Amino acid sequence: MQTRADRIVAALTRCFPPAEIAVVDDSHKHAHHAGARAEGETHYSVQVVSPAFAGQSRIARSRAAHAALAAEFATGLHALSLKLLTPEEAARG
Amino acid sequence: MSNPAFERIESDIKANPVVLYMKGTPVFPQCGFSARVVQILSHIGAPFKGVNVLEDAEIREGIKEYANWPTIPQLYVNGEFVGGCDIVMEMFQAGELQSMLKEQGIPVKDEG
Repeated sequence: MQTRADRIVAALTRCFPPAEIAVVDDSHKHAHHAGARAEGETHYSVQVVSPAFAGQSRIARSRAAHAALAAEFATGLHALSLKLLTPEEAARG
Repeated sequence: MSNPAFERIESDIKANPVVLYMKGTPVFPQCGFSARVVQILSHIGAPFKGVNVLEDAEIREGIKEYANWPTIPQLYVNGEFVGGCDIVMEMFQAGELQSMLKEQGIPVKDEG
């Protein structure tokens, strides 16, 4: 069965090719907080490195990622920490 | 402007130069992401108004639609949406938050 993390990777891969993607499920750290669900899959940290972000503001990059993940927000994704970089920015560290 | 929350949001972000829509209050944040933004604003000495969305369901949903942004916290400066926790954090680390606030006429502490 596909996890939400799998679906996040798939959606971001589709929207920002070619992308390097790392997804961490932080839901366990937020158990019992508002927004947490017994089944987890609510809180994620995501890093995407893609040339698709070149020339885009921080807000534009995040909005594009939110749009790519709209189906996840609609089904219980509660918190998403985003690091969205071009390959050049990622290389600079 | 169909959403009744929008009018309240607009009057708030026009009346207050820096507004943070957050979970909890600046003194008692109830979410780690909101707490981080409070910490940054306090660190740089920028005065701001906190709006606790947990106390207001209309604003809690309305603000997401208003900014076309699905998460809270959300920071506004002089009526403009700046970003959420990640963006505020990145701007702070790059020194951009401080310079942007200064340009917007918001008093910030000079770092020694």
